[in-house]
Amino acid sequence: MNPVMIDIPPGGIAMPNLLSRYAECTIWLARYMERIENLARLVDVTETFVRARSTSSGWLSIVQINADDERFFERHGAASEENVVGFYVIDRENPNSIVSIAHAARENARSLRPLISTEMWMHLNMFTNAVSALGPTDIRASNLSALCARLKQDCQTHHGITEGTFYRDQAWLFYLIGRNLERADQITRLIDIKYHTLLPSVAGVGSEVDIGQWAAVLRSAAAYHAFRRTVAGDMTPANVVGFLLKNDGFPRSLSTSLRQLHWAVGHLRTDYGLKNGYAAAERIEELRATLAEQTVEDIIVRGLHEFLDWVQRELHLVQGEIARAFWPPAMPASTANPEPGSGFSQEQSQS
Amino acid sequence: MSDHGSDPGQQQAQQGPGLFVSYDTPDFYCELMNRRDPPPESLTLIRERLAHFGLTELRQRARVAEADLYNLGITFTVYTDRDAIDRILPVDLIPRVLTAAEWDHVERGVQQRVAAINHFLWDIYHERRILKDGIVPAGLVLGNSNYRPEMEGLDVPGGVYVHINGTDLVRDGAGNFLVLEDNARTPSGVSYVIENRHMMLRSMPDLAAGLDLMPVDEYGPRLRRALTETAPADIRDPQVVLLSPGIYNSAYFEHVFLAREMGVPLVEGRDLMVENGRVFMRTVAGPRPVHSIYRRLNDDFLDPHVFNPDSMLGVPGLVDAYRRGNVTIANAIGTGVADDKAVYAYMPRIIRYYLGEEPILSNVETHICAEPEGLAYTLANLDQLVVKPVGESGGYGLIIGPHATRDELETFRASLLADPANYISQPVIDLSVCPTLCEAGVEARHVDLRPFAVTGESTWVLPGGLSRVALRKGSLVVNSSQGGGSKDTWVLAS
Repeated sequence: MNPVMIDIPPGGIAMPNLLSRYAECTIWLARYMERIENLARLVDVTETFVRARSTSSGWLSIVQINADDERFFERHGAASEENVVGFYVIDRENPNSIVSIAHAARENARSLRPLISTEMWMHLNMFTNAVSALGPTDIRASNLSALCARLKQDCQTHHGITEGTFYRDQAWLFYLIGRNLERADQITRLIDIKYHTLLPSVAGVGSEVDIGQWAAVLRSAAAYHAFRRTVAGDMTPANVVGFLLKNDGFPRSLSTSLRQLHWAVGHLRTDYGLKNGYAAAERIEELRATLAEQTVEDIIVRGLHEFLDWVQRELHLVQGEIARAFWPPAMPASTANPEPGSGFSQEQSQS
Repeated sequence: MSDHGSDPGQQQAQQGPGLFVSYDTPDFYCELMNRRDPPPESLTLIRERLAHFGLTELRQRARVAEADLYNLGITFTVYTDRDAIDRILPVDLIPRVLTAAEWDHVERGVQQRVAAINHFLWDIYHERRILKDGIVPAGLVLGNSNYRPEMEGLDVPGGVYVHINGTDLVRDGAGNFLVLEDNARTPSGVSYVIENRHMMLRSMPDLAAGLDLMPVDEYGPRLRRALTETAPADIRDPQVVLLSPGIYNSAYFEHVFLAREMGVPLVEGRDLMVENGRVFMRTVAGPRPVHSIYRRLNDDFLDPHVFNPDSMLGVPGLVDAYRRGNVTIANAIGTGVADDKAVYAYMPRIIRYYLGEEPILSNVETHICAEPEGLAYTLANLDQLVVKPVGESGGYGLIIGPHATRDELETFRASLLADPANYISQPVIDLSVCPTLCEAGVEARHVDLRPFAVTGESTWVLPGGLSRVALRKGSLVVNSSQGGGSKDTWVLAS
């Protein structure tokens, strides 16, 4: 790269450019907060299933859809409620637990303190302190639903404070990229929790088996009322999956997340002249096209689980393209030697 | 002026109602309650307002203020294996008040001192007149561990080496301000000055109401202007950055604070790169030029090519870019030789030499153990003196004679004899006190003062400065690492 080639943006105003490290930390802050919210939703819905004794795999399914089998069974003999909930909420040794993710979010926020609002920092700080203080009694079955509600609410408070106070520039777009990447990924995991009722067979499509559980999935995604209001037909598994994957009005659907992801990457180019994002944008476009050109029945018949897996892999590649575009390891003449956990080159531990 | 004699007829009543009912400091100069001069009207008003506070009320407000600081993250961070522990610098809600006349004296004294330090640094890295003229021993400078040969012959813009200076002041039993030490490398603590003020105006609005206090929130813009003024010549709109060791540094909050107040990017070494002798920062749009760096890294860590080769915190090639005049580093490299405790002893002579003026702020009387008479005096009076190693900071490695046991004195005597040049000694100063909220009520605690001076084309001193308070009863050590707290410093505009 030739540093002399640096151009002055149109209008000649020296536009402040975002440090690469800030962009990366912003994405991860957004992802982590979104991930906590979704993890709370997953725990909540699983608890519902288990209480209704309507699941074959019970608590194990969370471990499986997060691909944490190996790490979990290193530490626990059986996927009991106590073990799984402890593992995902208060276990500091598990990097995918809520307490670990909250700390990771705060460390990223700490790096971003020059950029984020005092309100954002203050809330994150208090949230992390509250999560750190959780103990075994807080995750007992009788408290679990209330705890999940509180965790979701805290994440939503974070989103609200961010929406209301975070300055709108490149960093905001990176924040949206992080949030939508994670949201897209997480909706596929939430659906995946029930994929086994929709094994690729014609019988699966339109079946009314297990409909109560699909209603629970909808509720855990805050989608139940919107579904009732806007979907004319019965609550079939295909209708539910179709809604969560392809409904353009539902804020947590895969199609909405991908649209917003595409929008944010596009605006990096149009508003800030950051053309490097084209590879990521192209990949997102393909992903959107693939989703749009299939009906939900097509997806189920071809294999829902396989489709969801493919989406997760594609999203991982999108993150990779963004990293290459905006914080390429080749940029510095120096060798960057990140301190552990400092927010540099973080790797998504899922999928 | 501060140096009024202690005419007993002028002493104020030492006891007041309410908060101060059992407050009594006959042995020390209390800046609020036991001054040796007739206090201005506004000071009397502050005293009366304070006296009407109840202890319970004050404690309640202190609790709220503390929780506030914690939640706002106005903290220094201590890392353990598992956790990041955020600690606040305790702030006492009773302000430390300076009159307009006191401040005028301090401000002029600090400006004079900074001017002398900058002349001194230019000289020792160029002509060395002061060494040749025998004013300061050459060995003390050239053999100093903070002397940087890389700086020889280098011309820094405006002749400014020390852009940011912190001068540690104490007041003696008569209320005279004395310089305890200079901090010409990377003095810290200014963020607490500004945050303490915000906190005080939130917590004690009724105490501050209607008073004409000199503001402190100009610091960020002033610093940025100074860094812009001293950027390499012919750069139209210089890019200023703050270089921090990162989130694991205990002063990280202050780095964030200053970057925000200045409106400049907070960068770490890995965010910067040098190509063809020019410095760039890595942004999402590719490398962008950097012209002026306010660094909060010690010299040793700045550039692994030149200094500590193991440093991951610095920027390879930075010193080369600096020597080519393509970037300004603030403070300059090699300023540590000027704030060395041994050089400190010569500072009055340095001021006279370069400026032809008498020092406005005196040093604490200092005996240089490298000199035979200084060593003899120190050995003969060890139990009466404070003896300090010249290289250390943070209040470590010193001995306070009157507080030491016989064994401690003998052990120390051996270290002193083994390496006399490493020590200076000073009389124990009866540090001034301020009323401070303590476990048992409002009690006298010793304070010092660190004003911050910012130098670009001229030197500006932030009104007030950091008042550190030794929270342990009788303690003279105010360092935050050793149980110190702070107070908001109010400078009365009139």
